Amino acid sequence: MTDQLSNSERIQAGLARRYRAEKRFRLYGIIAVVLAVGFLAVMLSAIGARGFGAFYQTHASLEVTFDEELVKDKDWQGIVKVAMRKSFPDVKARRDKRKLYKLMSSGAGFDLQGMYKADPELLGQTRTVWLPTSDDIDMLMKGQIDRVLAEDDRRVSDKEITWVDQWIASDRIELQFNTRFFTGGDSREPELAGILGAVMGSLLSLTVCLALSFPLGVMTAVYLEEFAPKNKWTDIIEVNINNLAAVPSIVFGLLGLAMFLNFFGMPRSAPLVGGMVLALMTLPTIIIAGRAALRAVPPSIREAALGMGASPIQTVTHHVLPLAMPGMLTGTIIGMAQALGESAPLLMIGMVAFIVDVPAAFTDPATALPVQIYLWADSPERAFSERTSGAIIVLLGFLITMNIIAVFMRKSFERRW
Amino acid sequence: MFKKTLMIAAIGGVFAAGAAEARDQIRIVGSSTVFPFSTAVAEQFGKTSSFKTPVVESTGSGGGLKLFCAGIGDSHPDITNASRRIKSSEVKKCAGNGITNITEVKVGYDGIAIANSKKAGKFELTLNDIFLALAKDIPAGEGKLKANDNKTWADVRKGLPNVKIEVLGPPPTSGTRDAFAELALEGGCKTIPWIKAMKKKDKKAYKSLCHTVREDGAYIEAGENDNLIVQKLEANPNALGIFGYSFLDQNADKVQGSSIGGKDVTFENIASGDYPVSRALYFYVKTAHVGKVPGIAEFVAEFTSNKAWGDEGYLADKGLIPMPKTERAKFANDAKEFADLNM
Repeated sequence: MTDQLSNSERIQAGLARRYRAEKRFRLYGIIAVVLAVGFLAVMLSAIGARGFGAFYQTHASLEVTFDEELVKDKDWQGIVKVAMRKSFPDVKARRDKRKLYKLMSSGAGFDLQGMYKADPELLGQTRTVWLPTSDDIDMLMKGQIDRVLAEDDRRVSDKEITWVDQWIASDRIELQFNTRFFTGGDSREPELAGILGAVMGSLLSLTVCLALSFPLGVMTAVYLEEFAPKNKWTDIIEVNINNLAAVPSIVFGLLGLAMFLNFFGMPRSAPLVGGMVLALMTLPTIIIAGRAALRAVPPSIREAALGMGASPIQTVTHHVLPLAMPGMLTGTIIGMAQALGESAPLLMIGMVAFIVDVPAAFTDPATALPVQIYLWADSPERAFSERTSGAIIVLLGFLITMNIIAVFMRKSFERRW
Repeated sequence: MFKKTLMIAAIGGVFAAGAAEARDQIRIVGSSTVFPFSTAVAEQFGKTSSFKTPVVESTGSGGGLKLFCAGIGDSHPDITNASRRIKSSEVKKCAGNGITNITEVKVGYDGIAIANSKKAGKFELTLNDIFLALAKDIPAGEGKLKANDNKTWADVRKGLPNVKIEVLGPPPTSGTRDAFAELALEGGCKTIPWIKAMKKKDKKAYKSLCHTVREDGAYIEAGENDNLIVQKLEANPNALGIFGYSFLDQNADKVQGSSIGGKDVTFENIASGDYPVSRALYFYVKTAHVGKVPGIAEFVAEFTSNKAWGDEGYLADKGLIPMPKTERAKFANDAKEFADLNM
């Protein structure tokens, strides 16, 4: 035992190894972050690249005449057909004419109807208007249909391509901003489908959800944290609340179906019921966040208030609650964001449905944004895959906004002791 | 406390409002296969009539009939779509809940395609090939069975490509899977004489033999989303996929349908009944609701009009295979009179 190292020598020997270990550890962390950010970037750019097209829609310029007879018959699509025949006077055969009419969207007539309603003076007049083309032509213009393929393998025939090329040559076809995507309800025609119905449905559901879960959640948190005695019962309640936060959301949907629809006889597909189901789901999140926020308020504040002669209720409402509020609101917003992205519980209560009319009241049939995404993803028409990504972008936009508000509130209002 | 009281009052108020309101909108539930057609008609109906656009839910054929048969009244749907015919057990269940008058309307046909990527060669299959490739047990000589040991298509039949059997298809909850089992698997099963003879003696054993899909990984359940199957086929040229004709129609540049028994999956072959794996689609109307919920008769008239389900109607554009003219006329007439279901 003569070559025994002294303590400092032993430390010296191991030091390099420890530094290396530390460096390695930090490197692992950086790799993890880079990987996570990379995955996120890949996902966002894939959705962005695919969904961006949904914000643009192919329109063609037509010279339409508001013929008195056709207007009287309300044959708006007929006006479009006449204009198409005028644009392509060489097309004579019946079969070809049918093909020609299909270049335009079956909703083009509704645009004319809207124009006429806004201005009845148009009767008998001729105007040049931009009208939406059918989804196949839209896909062709966006390069989603390969022109080089054999004719049988693509949705657009050679004849249709020649017609479109004539349009392109005379600058009468172009991509325009797709306002309908933001102002329309759902449709089976991709070029007419919009997300306003789904956004309104989500908004109505979230309003109900917030109105129910926020007061209930805050009250529960305040009672459990500030007033309730610590005994077996409150322990049981606490375990159950934590449990509820982890229950899969479809279970809440089943509960909603059994309770709200079958027992109380509330209407199917209504945002009112959707909001109530989502409230059940968000309640535990709000309660847990609320209790954490209350616990973060130092006891000295309560003691000072009580010492100055405030009653327990005054202590809570004047001092503790205002200080805990930013934390509670942050939890609420995160809970709401979760509820916004939820579709499984809505399946059971009939909100996964094809609904064209934009809902305006709590009992109108409605869907929600994630449900709309699911329905579009399931549609055969190719143009819907683009709309699906477009709707995902809108949903992500809402989620990011909500989470930024939550972070902002935490940063600017939360007090630390 | 005040907040709480107010809220309870508010909820109570909404409850009462919801319950008192009579329904002025048609409600449709049922098959996800009929969903694209039903919604197209609903949209057209809503835009061209003075009635509200019907609400269409996609619940699956079985789920739809369950909701449909639950009772009469505003909280129950008026129409259910089905990708198979209503079963006698379901008719009984309906009758038990007071629904004795149901009108059946056959809508048209849907072909089930077995397709692969265009990057690979086209498959020319027979029903027998499909059965031998995908059934759980296959015959090993007269009256004997063995677990399916076919690994490649070449094992199934000489002349088929020597690639691993990999078929992406719908899960058991899907109506497409039921139809596939009944038409393709059983269709192939029946071609073997001693199994066909078994049907008379032991129907149960026959059915389990002919309808059970192998579970050793050759058949991959790919979920209800047909778009997903198309994408997976593109990525894996060796795999085959099972999905509805309308998806094949939309993706003809990426995938090709295999011919079965020498017949290609084309609009004409399905319409004429030559392509063997095709099924009829239906919807059922609760006659008791006609006249109570506004617009049912008009909606059914729109669905059964030539501009919708005719040879060149808008449903054909969506991928529905129309019925022959005489059959259309019969069902349109039944629908007009709301003739009772005849099992």
